[in-house]
Amino acid sequence: MTGVETSEAVEAEQKTSLRVVVNGTAYERVVPVRRLLSDFLRHDLGLTGTHVGCEHGVCGCCTVLVDGRATRSCLTLACQVDGLSLTTIEGVKSADGGLHPVQQALSDCHGLQCGYCTPGFVISILEVLNSPDELDLSEEGVREMISGNLCRCTGYQGIVDAVRQAAVAMGRDGDAGKGAPA
Amino acid sequence: MTSAPSFGTRVRRNEDERLLTGRGRYIDDITLEGALAVAFVRSPMASARIISVDTSQAMALEGVHLVVTCDDIEHLDTEMPLLIPDPSLTSPRTQRPLARGEVFYVGQTVAMVVADDRYVAEDAADLVEVVYEPLEAVVGVDRAVASGARSVHEGVAGNVAAHSRQRSGEPDAAFASAEHVTSVTVRVERSSAAPMEPRAVAARWDSVLGELTVWDGTQAPISVRGGLASLFGLDEHRVRVVAPDVGGGFGQKVLLFYPDEVLVPWAAVKLNRPVKYIEDRQENFLGSTHERLQVHHIELAATRDGLVTGLRDSFLHDTGAFIPYGLAVAQVAAGQIAGSYRIPNISVDFKAVYTNTVPVTPYRGCGRPHACFAIERAMDVLADDLGIDRFEIRRRNFIGTEEFPYDRPGLIFADGQPVSYDGGDYARALSLLEEALDPPAFRAEQEAARSEGRYLGLGLACYVEGTGLGPYEGGHVKVHPITGKVYVNTGLSSQGQGHATSFAQIAADEVGVSPSDVVVVEGDTGEFDWGVATFASRAAVVSGNAIRKAALIVREQIVHQASQMFEAAPEDIVIEEGKVFVQGVESRALTLAEVATMSNPLRYAFNKAAQSATQFTPAARRDGAALAEGAHPGLEATDYFSPASTTWAYGVHGAIVEVDPATFEVKVKRYVCVHDCGRMINPMIVEGQVIGGVAQGMGGAFYELLDYDAEGNLRNASLMEFLMPYATEVPRVEISHLETPSPRNPLGVKGVGEAGTIPVAAAFASAVEDALAPLLHGHLLDVPLSPTSLHAATRAG
Repeated sequence: MTGVETSEAVEAEQKTSLRVVVNGTAYERVVPVRRLLSDFLRHDLGLTGTHVGCEHGVCGCCTVLVDGRATRSCLTLACQVDGLSLTTIEGVKSADGGLHPVQQALSDCHGLQCGYCTPGFVISILEVLNSPDELDLSEEGVREMISGNLCRCTGYQGIVDAVRQAAVAMGRDGDAGKGAPA
Repeated sequence: MTSAPSFGTRVRRNEDERLLTGRGRYIDDITLEGALAVAFVRSPMASARIISVDTSQAMALEGVHLVVTCDDIEHLDTEMPLLIPDPSLTSPRTQRPLARGEVFYVGQTVAMVVADDRYVAEDAADLVEVVYEPLEAVVGVDRAVASGARSVHEGVAGNVAAHSRQRSGEPDAAFASAEHVTSVTVRVERSSAAPMEPRAVAARWDSVLGELTVWDGTQAPISVRGGLASLFGLDEHRVRVVAPDVGGGFGQKVLLFYPDEVLVPWAAVKLNRPVKYIEDRQENFLGSTHERLQVHHIELAATRDGLVTGLRDSFLHDTGAFIPYGLAVAQVAAGQIAGSYRIPNISVDFKAVYTNTVPVTPYRGCGRPHACFAIERAMDVLADDLGIDRFEIRRRNFIGTEEFPYDRPGLIFADGQPVSYDGGDYARALSLLEEALDPPAFRAEQEAARSEGRYLGLGLACYVEGTGLGPYEGGHVKVHPITGKVYVNTGLSSQGQGHATSFAQIAADEVGVSPSDVVVVEGDTGEFDWGVATFASRAAVVSGNAIRKAALIVREQIVHQASQMFEAAPEDIVIEEGKVFVQGVESRALTLAEVATMSNPLRYAFNKAAQSATQFTPAARRDGAALAEGAHPGLEATDYFSPASTTWAYGVHGAIVEVDPATFEVKVKRYVCVHDCGRMINPMIVEGQVIGGVAQGMGGAFYELLDYDAEGNLRNASLMEFLMPYATEVPRVEISHLETPSPRNPLGVKGVGEAGTIPVAAAFASAVEDALAPLLHGHLLDVPLSPTSLHAATRAG
């Protein structure tokens, strides 16, 4: 639907320059100030692995890492990440270039079906598994961990199992024994 | 000697790696050089006359290429097709791509803007001035059929689009002689499939070749192709429709045509530029179809010991402002209203009713969850009325294993065929659920908890699912001479069901390769263009069997070709893991690429396979024609499967819940599914379908309700307010599989796509009712079960 006021049409002309590092590559671009980060990644940089599911920050499909923090790219303007470093799904891989343990686990545990929400889940899970914080890998803990992302296909069970498998693979399974599936 | 079959095993999915690494290709991921973007002007009113539309300001905005109303869209300014006509559908109304003179629901498309990008297109859409004269909105099926209600469409009295009546047996006699009659009225609320990827369409017109390519996030690319060709007056082979990766469908993407599906191609031709329309989330709620609202008044005639002798159901089906998909949802509900039970005498009537709301088409379950909720709630109430245990009353009424095929003469299913269940062991499924939940132990726990002021409940619901509907699908199998990979095409498209793996398993086993060496290509009319669509849990049954048939022919071709090459008897040829050899002489094995090369009497020693293949028969030396009469080059076959009748999956779900008596928050302690979908191709994928279905069913049971106000405004058209379950709302699902092979197709499979969703609302209503029994006044007969509705149910006098 049309949410843009007429007066903003004039502002559409305003542009700004932007320097950003995405998946290790430096980019410099001139963008309209109102360009969303999700649109910038997808349309200006061609990194279409980041998906847009709701454009109001609820579904989590568009989640990317901004300086290591999981961030909704649909609620962020491109100009807000000037000078920062981003990781998108295209930059997620294991040391040898193959699937990252989180990606591998999602496949092993059937944690994806249509795949549309999947990049957002991978990024959200990565943020937690990469953080120095203590993990709660109980059933409830893992469900809480991924509760910022919506999936309409899987019913989440495979994703929960994948988080645990990935935590083990990444050596983050100090608490993995708690509440493991029967 | 053959390799172990992959059928029935947990093969990891062929599609995963691409999707996990950001290399999926959904419509908006496809780069079309110079593509323009579409935004729509949508009606803010549920019912109004359009007095005037002024597009001049919008047209003047820089970056705008086209602003059109119904006056500008030439041959498209017409009512769109009615997909499935029916004699009882006496007043069908379908929508025009852009409203002419009147609007019928909030969100209806009134004008289309095409601009440099979506930002400019939305700016321009805001500049289109539409003057409306509001009319009284008709919202809610009850209001729509009440006497004196305004007609949504002129000339449709009482807002009844269709009135259907079906009878099986002698229902009147059954009720006349009944020892007991239980009557309930149940209501299942309006909901949305809400796939994670909203709908999307892109189109490109090639003016040199006169060819139109349309990328459409649809479940029915071949049907869309046929429809577009006819609408645009093009030969079918000049229109290519591609459904690439599609981010969930659940039925919402099987309708054709949505306005954008015809207007985007039209604009691409008109402007001779690629054009894209990417629906946003709010538009998905306001412009893409809804489902679920039905109100059933169901009665069961029974003996005192709980044998159900008759069923009478009369229901209202809210079809929204238009009925483009015909009566499928209501007909499916009617056809399965008696569920898993013998019930020999049935009367089922329904009215499909117009309201000033978004049109209704099938959503995962398509009438089955509604029917299941009606019959299962009625069975619970009957059990309570007669003082019989809820498990026991079901057991007494199940169709027995010896009674299959079990027909319900007089009832017609959505495929136009008589309702005829093909098999299963319903009582065994119930026993497995009992073993898992241990009702006696639970009752003790429940009693102990109640003494502490805690409310635990156990509930269950049985279901059947007519799956694998015709008319037909095809399979094309070809061994590629360069790579030796086996290519499989079918006319469906996938929205996450794992076709690229399940179909690969079927072909792999028949041909003799590993599933990872099978490349499944679907959703592209340029690759295969006979078929119907992905819906009604039919892909595995219909396409799966077609692919098997084609693969068997290709296997014969391989054996024939190899027997000539080896100068060996066909029965001595072995195909195993992509190698072809004479029994006992594996050291001289050929690759499939070599055999495929030899099957094409054109000589080209460009690669290793061709070089080694040509050594067998020098091209210069042959007797007669290179291809025998009737033969064709290559290892390739196409075949079709057309099921004579629906195949019926079934199962039972059970839940144990705890309800907080102050907040009415429901905590799910156990959730158990026992299901039978015939032979399973890939149990991992089956479980994914079931568990995902349960999560969607939970949405309908507790959270999801499209909230229209009396003026027809949808008050919760966002994911902020339409509450889909997160991981924290969905329990771990325990699954038991039964496998009764379907006698109605050679693979013995039944569909499973919708099964998980069907009984969930009924099972939870049963469980929550059991938990709150000491506090409730009456039964829980409406879903979703919100804290508010539960609170009210404990207060009602």
